[in-house]
Amino acid sequence: MQEVKTGRFIDNARAALDDGNLQVALTKMKTGFVDRRSEARARLPEFDQIRDQARDIKNHTLENLDYYLERFERKVTEQGGHVHWCSTPEDARQTILAICRRLDAKTVTKGKTMIAEEIGLNDFFEENDIEPIETDLGEYIIQLRKEPPSHIIAPAIHVLKHEVAEAFVEKHTERDPNRSLEEPRELLDEAREELRQKFLDADVGVTGANFLIAETGTSVIVTNEGNGDLTQTIPKAHIVVASLEKVVPTLEDASTILRVLARSATGQEASVYTTFSTGPRRPDDLDGPGEYHVVLLDNERSKMLGTEFQEMLRCIRCGACLNHCPVYNSVGGHAYGWVYPGPMGSVLTPSLIGVEAAGHLPNASTFCGRCEEVCPMRIPLPKMMRHLREREFDSGLGSQTVRTGIRMWAFYAKRPRLYQFLTAIKFRILGALGRSKGRFRRLPGAGGWTKYRDFPAPQPGGTFQSQWTAKDGARRPAA
Amino acid sequence: MSGRDSILGTIRSGLGRGELGDADKAALEDRIAARGRGVRPSRIDLDADGLADLFVDYAKGVDMSVDRVASMEDVPDRVADYLTRENLPANLRVAPDPSLDAIPWEKRPTLTVTRGKTDGSDEVGLTGAFAGVAETGTLIMRSGPEHPTTLNFLPDSHLVVIRKSQIVGSYEDAWDKIRDGEMPRTVNFITGPSRTGDIEQTIFMGAHGPRRMHIVLVEDE
Repeated sequence: MQEVKTGRFIDNARAALDDGNLQVALTKMKTGFVDRRSEARARLPEFDQIRDQARDIKNHTLENLDYYLERFERKVTEQGGHVHWCSTPEDARQTILAICRRLDAKTVTKGKTMIAEEIGLNDFFEENDIEPIETDLGEYIIQLRKEPPSHIIAPAIHVLKHEVAEAFVEKHTERDPNRSLEEPRELLDEAREELRQKFLDADVGVTGANFLIAETGTSVIVTNEGNGDLTQTIPKAHIVVASLEKVVPTLEDASTILRVLARSATGQEASVYTTFSTGPRRPDDLDGPGEYHVVLLDNERSKMLGTEFQEMLRCIRCGACLNHCPVYNSVGGHAYGWVYPGPMGSVLTPSLIGVEAAGHLPNASTFCGRCEEVCPMRIPLPKMMRHLREREFDSGLGSQTVRTGIRMWAFYAKRPRLYQFLTAIKFRILGALGRSKGRFRRLPGAGGWTKYRDFPAPQPGGTFQSQWTAKDGARRPAA
Repeated sequence: MSGRDSILGTIRSGLGRGELGDADKAALEDRIAARGRGVRPSRIDLDADGLADLFVDYAKGVDMSVDRVASMEDVPDRVADYLTRENLPANLRVAPDPSLDAIPWEKRPTLTVTRGKTDGSDEVGLTGAFAGVAETGTLIMRSGPEHPTTLNFLPDSHLVVIRKSQIVGSYEDAWDKIRDGEMPRTVNFITGPSRTGDIEQTIFMGAHGPRRMHIVLVEDE
């Protein structure tokens, strides 16, 4: 499994805020994705209706997940392919290795797959003397830089072009070290040339899957570069690594979800390539892989069913919640410390690796609610982060200061008269002290706040609650 | 216990039930057989001419160029003109698709046409398409003996000849046509030339697949 560094979120985040290159890169991404999504949504008046249907399709599928997975397997087998059920990352790695060994594979090309990141497939291949070659341009760049992805759809979003050029000069040693790599076009052309031969020479191709279709035994990938297609068409075998919640019943269901996927992700009407693969090449086909395998990974997901996190299994990995998250936008993806960053990662990671190991992730949110607002599958991400914070508190995790603070607050919150009495006193004192300036530049016990911004002094007229009570005929809810 | 049994067991216990009964399974099979469609964009509520125009608009919107011609007779001239305009070699690798047999290549003797699959060295490929989807200007390709998948990806330039009668409104309309036969190994939905935004969010064509795509739309109705 990819190394877990989630426990260091706070330190990672501080370092990220001080990283000048990263901040430049994050500034470049901020408006692009957000504006393009909002324009794409405006061009499709039916967008929100389709979102509701997409949500309902996944809910229906999850309620019948066992049936649809078995049906998917049956259809794959009928077409001459194989489904491998893997409970753990280790099961998945060994299954993939066995296929590669049998085919005597030396090199494996890879399309973009987050599941391969989750199971740490590249390191495992290298330990077993198989060369993994990432073919998505972003993944290729970070493979050269020996980094994990920092975004689920734009893995190298944290890298600036001069850093790409440095990586190419260092790794493409057979080329003129003084060649021009100023322009992105030159970088792209060089990567295209380097990878073209690798596609033709690879023994096995590994891709992920955006959908598995129970009706036909089909796996689906969605890309813009076409790298996934060359990866899965040319080698002897195509191995799909997919987590089990990717299944949907029919081609129509997949079509409905596709209508919200690209628009939410990149703001495209449709991604350039959506590819539906069913079994190995047919006897009369002129190309295509001789073998087709689907490695179906559970890795704790089945345990989310029937819990308050079941809805997270609707996620289609579009990345909209990352793009719209003020925390992600400030610290980037690496700070989160594991495979899945941003709001979806803060919810999914604790379920996959445990609340304890995931540490601060559910706290990496301002609860502004934008993630839920833009989620094409309408996943209530803030609500789930609240559940996780409760779990964190209940299992005695988190810093002592925070725990004590929450306990103290809870003590007063449960005693409304005392709470109102004390807030009224505090209100009067702060109001009197701050009347001249209307704000505080420093406040004892609130240094964490006043270090970055002033604390407004209460305005005359009493606390909100006392004003509310004073209003004649205020409609107080019945006790 | 095998991975399969253990996973299915955990799923069922999470859902608070055992394996589904026959009646429930039959209901799920009925749902699959019904091929129920979701909401589709109302912009496709058009006649055949309207759909063709919509297809062309969207295809151009994703950086494909489009030539509309009256018949297959016109294809060689338009293809030759396109290659000249784009400064491309006059050597074409053409898919062994019988529906392309009607193109009278001999009208333009300067074009060198080779039929069959590509080994990756062809600069220009020409294929048919199974369908065009007006909704997003998407081309649909089915793999098979008449259409090797690699021809959609390896050549730098991809030319596509499609007839107006092949244009449908939505993805679902195309699925119904595809399911008239067997599911092929590969169905490609292609919406524009290959592109990437992986270097500082700047979009460039020709990441790994074709840098340019050109559609010749034959008005056969």
